[in-house]
Order: sequence, then structure tokens, then C-alpha cells
Amino acid sequence: MTLLDGTARTIRDEIAAGRVSATDVCRVFLDRIGAVNPALNAFNLVDADRALGRAHDIDRRRRSGDPLGPLAGVPIAVKDNMNVRGLRTTASSRILERFVPPYDATIVTRLEEAGAVIVGKTNCDEFAMGSSSESSAFGPVRNPWALDRIPGGSSGGSAAAVAARCVPVALGSDTGGSIRQPAAFCGVVGLKPTYGRVSRYGLLAFASSLDQIGPFARNVADAALVLSALAGADPRDATTADERVPDFTASLTGDVKGVRIGVPRAFVTEGVDDDVRHAFDRALDALRDAGATLVDVDLPHAKYAIPVYYLIATAEASSNLARYDGVKYGYRSPAAKDEGLKAMYSRTRDEGFGPEVKRRIMLGTYVLSAGYYDAFYLKAQQVRTLLRRDYDQAFKRVDVVAMPTSPTPPFTLGEKTGDPLQMYLADVFTVSANLAGLPGISLPCGFSQDGLPIGFQLMGRMFDEAMLLRVGDAYERVTEWSTKAPSSI
Amino acid sequence: MTFEPVIGLEIHAQLQTRTKIFCGCRTSFGAPPNSQVCPVCLGLPGALPVLNRRAVDYAIKAALALGCEVQPLSIFARKNYFYPDLPKGYQISQYERPLALGGGLDITVSGRATRVGLTRIHMEEDAGKSLHDGFPDSDRRTYIDYNRSGVPLIEIVSEPDMRSAAEAAEFFARLRDILVWLGVNDGNMEEGSLRCDANVSVRPAGQERFGTKVEVKNVNSFRYLYMALEYEIDRQIDVLKSGGRVVQETRLWDSAAGRTLTMRSKEEAHDYRYFPEPDLPPLVVDEARIATVRETMPELRGARRQRFILDYGLPEYDADVLTDWVELANYFEKVADASGNPKAASNWVMGEVLRALKEHNALIDEITLTWDRLAGLIALIDKGTISNSIAKDVFAKMYDSGRSADDIVAAEGLAQIGDEGALLAIVRDVIAKHADAAAQFRAGKNQTFGFLVGQVMKGSGGKANPTLANQLLKRELEHT
Repeated sequence: MTLLDGTARTIRDEIAAGRVSATDVCRVFLDRIGAVNPALNAFNLVDADRALGRAHDIDRRRRSGDPLGPLAGVPIAVKDNMNVRGLRTTASSRILERFVPPYDATIVTRLEEAGAVIVGKTNCDEFAMGSSSESSAFGPVRNPWALDRIPGGSSGGSAAAVAARCVPVALGSDTGGSIRQPAAFCGVVGLKPTYGRVSRYGLLAFASSLDQIGPFARNVADAALVLSALAGADPRDATTADERVPDFTASLTGDVKGVRIGVPRAFVTEGVDDDVRHAFDRALDALRDAGATLVDVDLPHAKYAIPVYYLIATAEASSNLARYDGVKYGYRSPAAKDEGLKAMYSRTRDEGFGPEVKRRIMLGTYVLSAGYYDAFYLKAQQVRTLLRRDYDQAFKRVDVVAMPTSPTPPFTLGEKTGDPLQMYLADVFTVSANLAGLPGISLPCGFSQDGLPIGFQLMGRMFDEAMLLRVGDAYERVTEWSTKAPSSI
Repeated sequence: MTFEPVIGLEIHAQLQTRTKIFCGCRTSFGAPPNSQVCPVCLGLPGALPVLNRRAVDYAIKAALALGCEVQPLSIFARKNYFYPDLPKGYQISQYERPLALGGGLDITVSGRATRVGLTRIHMEEDAGKSLHDGFPDSDRRTYIDYNRSGVPLIEIVSEPDMRSAAEAAEFFARLRDILVWLGVNDGNMEEGSLRCDANVSVRPAGQERFGTKVEVKNVNSFRYLYMALEYEIDRQIDVLKSGGRVVQETRLWDSAAGRTLTMRSKEEAHDYRYFPEPDLPPLVVDEARIATVRETMPELRGARRQRFILDYGLPEYDADVLTDWVELANYFEKVADASGNPKAASNWVMGEVLRALKEHNALIDEITLTWDRLAGLIALIDKGTISNSIAKDVFAKMYDSGRSADDIVAAEGLAQIGDEGALLAIVRDVIAKHADAAAQFRAGKNQTFGFLVGQVMKGSGGKANPTLANQLLKRELEHT
């Protein structure tokens, strides 16, 4: 097995044992990025000098016998909507093309304290708005399994980077499925933690009540390892929960006997691709064979999740993106120099934002407008509460809820860019976890007849990521999907 | 036809916390531009607000003092609008669920007592400041100072309960007194720590329904508020009398021109698209917290003034002066209690203490002449150890040196001569030296007695016990 095929855990252990240096590990992955990124466009920025400098530090620490963190020397990529001091944060938008943040996101501080080596910033949909990573101002990301396919979105760059062995682990952000759906499309593990489990300080907000940072990995154990480093209350983020953080790796017992898995059969019928349905059913079979119990559950309000999501997410986005106005940082239209303030605002935002971002800002502005607020925003919040109750009811009877991550395998580039509604429907199975605040994990569970990755999703109770990881890990032990690597690249 | 004005005020008061409402930046006024800023108050991408607990306690304190109902749960909301000094493109405020509801303030103007009700008090952050003048390129550019961005504010909204410009000015003044007394606001209107907007309409006397209201902005002194309202009331009455209709709009007070000017019409009014701030959990204030804040509240000025009159027997004038600010009242009260002589305490605090503070531009909490030292000085006077006039010199020395009155009197031999033998010698000496004056007194010219007393005091270096000196002098003159 080469270093590139190593997991975060094995790489860490090899470095700790002195069998390989963090610097060599870093070089190997940087070379891999150099070789495959031109085809994938998964990275917006790679800072080899910074990464090698950090790797040197890890090696120095090891030589002098200093304690090493749980991710010591593990190369990691972070989505380009999280601030790393001194590195550009663009959110894949023209409007922030040259923005260099003067501070670290909390998750960056935590990763580096754990010894992880950040190698670069990954491409994504502009401001994380999209399901295909095609709305990036810097060109689309391609799927390592089939370069004519999208990798999913919005965290497509992170998913593709992990699938293509550019890094063993990466971070994404998930507002309506932006970790889980690209994980499914790229054949890797993607975990969206409970809302409030991981600090959002330093994450460029898309929809503040839905956004959550989480890991991509090639197996569940690595996802658990990274989550352990990220999780926990942050005094800089008032929405983080003061909830005990368990040792997530300790929950990987391999045992699912007696675990009750809820399946919302009524909800997963319509519009689900045959290959996806087939793979999903086989995944359930495997879990049942391993000792889990399958239970039918009803989520009567799940069918409203897409409209509710697009009302709330766009409303929050319209406000969150107001700060990109050309006044303080980022792009300012040169054309507006002598035309006054209003022209500066409108030209800057017209030239700085792409069409999908503008569409959502306009939608959200409309949703919050006087006279429409009650009918749209308030109503959406009420349905959100009903949806949350659906899950509360379900979790009285089951330990996790399972469904496909995406109704289809990855689609081709350009296939849905002309039809935003079709694109939005790709999120049908993922948005409800964000609306309810619940943790969700996507696990590879097979391939379509065309050889494209398919994933399925488990959702858990609030702050019960341990259960998701335990079931996911047990599933991994009885299947071999997580060992597959794309051969086209 | 006569018209009746209807006025309501919206007052923004900066809370005197050391740090900003959602970050740890300092709030000091006058710091170099953009020197008290961080990712949070600059609205940098990814930054998040965290609520300053102290700011909440100050807001609760103001609410309790104004008789408001502090809400167990209030919710921050975003007020969305674009302006360069608003770094996030929204202001974090409270909207549907403010911190406090109700309350009010009693005012009296020209003998008419009125209660002005309060609608609400909510918390919010201040914006930065646009600097349009003072730079070489100010004709082309505006500079922005974000030091003020994120300074904590409360907005106090009154009911439309005022019926004249004078009532509005009085209400604003009383409100300022209370906020300053509580230590919640510094009352500085020039620096903008206290700002006022007024809503005003007029209606024919006797009509129930309110007229169309106009909001007048930028009335940041009692005088300007009064002038702007007088102007605006007259303007609206003129419009109605000439058969016109008042237009609902926002007007700006131009103090140089002495008039209000249209700022924006109702049609141009912003749609602020308020919605609950998702970055902050609801603000929960439980009974225990309210009780804790209540414990730290100073007795309100009116109550204290009344108590000074009743318990200490002070004249109304003294009680007014001594309750001008809370630290002064505290100082006085301690001196009065320790000396057991409230009237003397009042005289000393109103006279020498205030004069010395003014002369040295000092704060009462900082001077070395502490309340217990002043009580010590008063005790020496009351015991007859020193006279009032000597005491004034001792006071000056205490103020400068920080020493106690006992020390100074002992070290400098300033104690009164109360010993009959010693004083008698001086008296006899004076009578001998001024035989003419003594003879005149004996001949019935009583005025010369004062002269002779003065000579005795002079002969004793001012230390003679005046009562004893009088007695001895009278006795000697009558018996010799």
C-alpha cells in the first residue's frame, strides 16, 4: 500500500513511529495534487511552502520527543469558505478573489493544534450555493470517477480531493447537503455534525441557522478522528452547544446488533433512480444481516423540506451576503468610480456575484420583504418545526433514519445548470437534516451501471454522531465499497 | 381652531461598558480612527457576534429604573440596510421581542404633571461613523471610522404622551438624569452617547385620532429638541390651516438654519426586512438575574432627595445640589452619618468640597480627602477643638496633603485656646492697649465690643474659642 492510499490514522501512526517523515508525506500528497488537479480543478489554492513548513514543525517535534496531536502530519484540505489567516478565502467568488483574512477560523486553529497540515483551499460552488460545484467563479470541479460528471456540491472540491487521493481527509460545509451529497457522488464518507457541534467562527456564512462544518474521509474511522478534533463549544460562536464531546473513535465497535434503523419508505419512492434504489436496498440488507432491525417510519412533512429550505436558506443568505458591498474588502467595481454610492454598490455586486448567488439573494430579499414575510419566512419556520417533530417522533422508535443521499448518481456537467429547480431537487434527501439540526453521514454503497458512485445516508439524534459512526463503521466492515478507488485518474 | 401637538420620542443611549456589545473591542471615545476594531465589529467574512453580558445588565438596570417589565425571553433581529458605516449590511437589534416593555416617567411642566409612558426598551449595536469633512480630499471621498461600530445601545421608545415641545424637552432631560445617575450612560450629547429622534403630529383640539406624524431626526440637545419641535409644530399647523395635508416623512433638524428639512418621504422609507438573528440564541433573563441587577442599583435620585430632606432635615436646595450626581450623594451621606451632623456635612460638601473639585478638576472618588477624613474635621469643630475659620485652612491642607485633620491640628498647634487663664491674659492685654475703646463700650457704645473681640482673636492668632473670648471680655469690661 502506498502512502497515498493511507488513511489519516495510518499516516499519523507511521509518522509517530518515525517510519516516514511528515515532510515526505506532505511532498507525496503535494505531488499528487500537482499531477491530478489540472484535470479535477479541485483546489483554488495550494500553499506548498506553508504546508511543508508545518510538516517540518511536526518532524522537529517528533525528534525532540514533544507530544504529537491526533492528526500529527496528516495532510488536510479545507473548503475555500473557511478562513486560514494569510491565505486567500474566495468562497469561489469573484467578489472575494483577492480577500486575505487576518484571522483563523476556529476549526483551523483546532486542526493545527491537533497537528494536521493544511495543504490548500478547495473549490466549491460560489458561497456554497449549489449542488454540483459548477457555480464556482473559477470553473467547475470534475468527478474523479468520470471527468465528464459533476462531483456534487457545494463542497465538490473537498470530496473530489479525497476521492482522488490528493489528501486523506478534507473539510466541507453542509447547509442543505453540501458535504453528504458530494461524498455520495465521489464515493467517500461525508459527515455533517449536529448543528452547534462544530464552531462556525471563520466560516463564511451562507445560511447561519443551517451551516455546519464536517469532514470528508475515505472511511468512517477517519471521519471520527477528524470530528473529534473539530467538535466542542467555542466561546466565539454563540450557537455552539455546551454538549459533552465523546471519544468518537471509541464508538466504532463494529456491533450493530439491536440497532433500530428507520426507513421512511413512503418518502424515498418518487423520483429515485433505479440504481440508487437498488444500492440503497442492498445497504439496508447488509445492515440487517449484521444484526440491525429495520423499522418503517413516517416523515409526513419531509415532502415540504425543499421549499422550506429554499425559503429559509435564501432569506438568511440575502442578509449574510450584504456585507460584500465593495466598501471594506474584496472586489469593488472600477466602473463606478464617479457615479456615487448606489452605483458603486450595484455595479460591484452585479460584477462580483455569479448568477446563482444573485438568484438566491433576490429570492431571499423577496421572502423577507414587508407583506411577504408572514406568508413565506414565517410559514417556512412553522413547517420547519413540524419537520423537527416528525424526526422527534421517529427517534422515539429508532436509533437512526436511513435514506439515499441523492436520488440520482452524479449527473453530467451542464445537465442541470439551465434548470435551477431540477438542481434544487437534487437536495431532496439531505436538506431535512439541516432544517432539523440533526447529524447525518453519507456512506459509499455501490455503483451505478455506468460505474458511478452511489451513497446512502444515516441521520441520527441530536448530538448522537457516535451512533452514526458506529453504524457506518459496522457497515464498512461487512462491505468493501470504501476500498474502491477511481481508476480514471 | 386650536391645535394640539402629539409627541413621542425615541432615545438612543450608549451603554457605558468597557467593551463592545458583540466583541471584546474597547469603546473609548476619541481613539484614533479604526484603532478599536476586530473581525467581528468590522463585519469580516466568517466573524460571529457573542453577546456582552455586562451590556445586558446595564440595559436591565435602565429598564428597572424606568419601571419597565423585563422580558424573560427576548430575541435579537437583523435590521437590513446598506450603508458604508454599517459593516455587515445589517444592524443587530431587537424587533418583535424587545428586552423590556412598558414603564414610564412622571414629569411636571408649568405646574402640569403628566406621566409619559414607555413603549419598549431594546438593545442594539451602534454603527460606525462616516467622516465627510476634514480631509484634504473630502470633496471627493468619505472616510469611515468603525471604532463606534458595535458599541452597545439601548433604544428607549416613548408613547405619544407629550403635548408640547417643553414637555418633550423635560422628558428627555429627566430620562438623561436617570440614565446618568444609574451609571448606564454618560449623558454626553456632543459626543453622541445620547441621541434623540422625535415623532410629532398635530390635531385639532378635542380630536381623538392622531394626525399624520413626521419623524424629526438629529435633535441631540434639549434646546434643539425644543426648537425643532416648536418649528415643526408651527409648520404643521400652518400646513393644516392653509388647507393642506401633512406628509408622512422623515425630516432633519438643521440647527444652523433653525428649521427642519425633508430627508426622505414615506415612499422612500426603507424596508428593513427584519428577521430573527440566527447567530445569537434568544436572550433569556431569569428572575435571579433581575434580582442581582436590582441589588446593584443605586437609590433613584428623587427618592434619595426626598430622604435627605426627611431623614437629615436638609433644606430642599441642599438636597437638590447633593443629589446632582450619585457619587456626590454617596459621599455626602457617608460624611453625614459618620459626623452625626448632616447640616454641617451638607455645608462642607456643597461649599469647600465642590469648590476644591472644580478648582482641581478632580473626581470625588479620586481625592485623598475621603468621607471619613471630612467627618473627622467636622468632629473637631463640633468638639470646639478648632473654629470654623481655622477649619477652612485645615481643609485646604488636608486636601493638598492627604493628612487627617487631627494630624494637622496637632502638628501645627491649631487647637483653640479654651483655657481661661491663657485667654484672660490676652483679654486684659487688649483692654489695656485699647483703653479708649473700652471706655466707649462702658459709656454705652456697644458697637466697639465687636472691635475688641476682633482684637482678642487677632491676639490669639485666631485660635481663641470665640464663645469663651466673648464671655471673658464682657466680664472684664464690666468688672474693671
